[in-house]
Amino acid sequence: MSEHKIEMVLNGHSHRGAAEGRRTLCDYLRQDAGCTGVHVGCEHGVCGACTVRVDGQAVRSCLMLAVQADGCTVTTVEGLAAADGTLHPVQQAMQDEFALQCGFCTPGVVITLATLTDVPEKPSEAALLAAMSGHICRCTGYQGIRRAIRRLAGEATGERA
Amino acid sequence: MKPAPFDYVRPDTIEEACAVLAEAGGGAQVLAGGQTLMPLLALRMSQPFIMVDINRIAVLKGIVTGPEGTRIGPMTRQNEVIADAALARALPMLVTAARHVGHHQTRNRGTIGGSIALGEPAAEMPAAAVALGASVTLRSVRGSRTIKAEDMYLGPYATVLEPDELLTEISYPAWPVDSITIFREIAQRPGDFALVGLVGTVVVENGRIARAGLAWFGMGPTPIRARQAEAALLGQDIARLDGRGLAELAVADTAPFDDHHASAEYRRTVGRRIFARTLTEALNVRQAG
Repeated sequence: MSEHKIEMVLNGHSHRGAAEGRRTLCDYLRQDAGCTGVHVGCEHGVCGACTVRVDGQAVRSCLMLAVQADGCTVTTVEGLAAADGTLHPVQQAMQDEFALQCGFCTPGVVITLATLTDVPEKPSEAALLAAMSGHICRCTGYQGIRRAIRRLAGEATGERA
Repeated sequence: MKPAPFDYVRPDTIEEACAVLAEAGGGAQVLAGGQTLMPLLALRMSQPFIMVDINRIAVLKGIVTGPEGTRIGPMTRQNEVIADAALARALPMLVTAARHVGHHQTRNRGTIGGSIALGEPAAEMPAAAVALGASVTLRSVRGSRTIKAEDMYLGPYATVLEPDELLTEISYPAWPVDSITIFREIAQRPGDFALVGLVGTVVVENGRIARAGLAWFGMGPTPIRARQAEAALLGQDIARLDGRGLAELAVADTAPFDDHHASAEYRRTVGRRIFARTLTEALNVRQAG
């Protein structure tokens, strides 16, 4: 079976490694790169817990091969907070609004919201909510996540009333 | 579960990819966006011995719109289809339909060509291609052929694509800029496969229907063109449409099935309702505008 070299920028640092062709990106990130914030739920693209940012886009890392990330810039939830521990605005909003309970789905939710809001023109609340269809949360009933989204979209559009 | 072992190759050109496919003699699998293939690998429903990743073949990406129509590279991501302003003017229906494919996160990887080549009967992109009268170009070391999208589908996940062929272009004919989009999908949750779906484009000239392309998804083993309804619509005065009669004709061309989500009779009933309602609403919007 073919073994492949992988080079990527992972959470701001250059990373080198190697993987078998069949290795999924989520397994690679957790087991070879030590990013255990990537949570593997269903392993077939349904739950969204393994969502990571690849070249500026939120994608499911169980639906990508590790070797496909060769040459890419990858951000996991470990790469969001500042070096001094200051939380990313999405993480802060999620914490303030009690938008998590067990925390299993949270890294994926945070990555999707951070990816969509880390742009000059922030998306609408409706667009952020629509993107949440790609995540399954079994604890919160989504209401905390909705409140966090309202804050993030609200901040984004200049504190509209 | 984890995928079974396979060799992985990442060709840079169409020629290289076709050469690998020819040599593999059916044991290869093309990896496009992977949003359906990766689950099939994880479930070991697909066990190729060689994976041909076409994500780095630059000429397979991009959207070109012009007076003769629109050409889309199969490796164009579904979210790129949604974001393309020129495409939104040229083929608004295609953009509307693309918004209903999977979820935001899967559309970032999932490609239009991957969906069309897969042939999932409840998927939006194959039905949109059929309704718009699109053609697809298939390449192999043996040569190239172009066929109508509606001639491509044989059954669920079964197409006329030979194991050594690669989808290299999707070509949509031009539709007038003021064409009316017909789109309705009934699914249990956003992003789920359609229980019943209708997609189409209608052209109105001087209050009468001058051109119509309509197709169903989730209403049989393949995307299905509503040929009888299309024919009956031509020349009709839009102020006097017989929505129910047309819906009856439209459903007559379908072959829905019973499964654990819905019965065939449910699908037919919902199909009739959404056909009549969607057509009338779409045309009324235009009259009001």
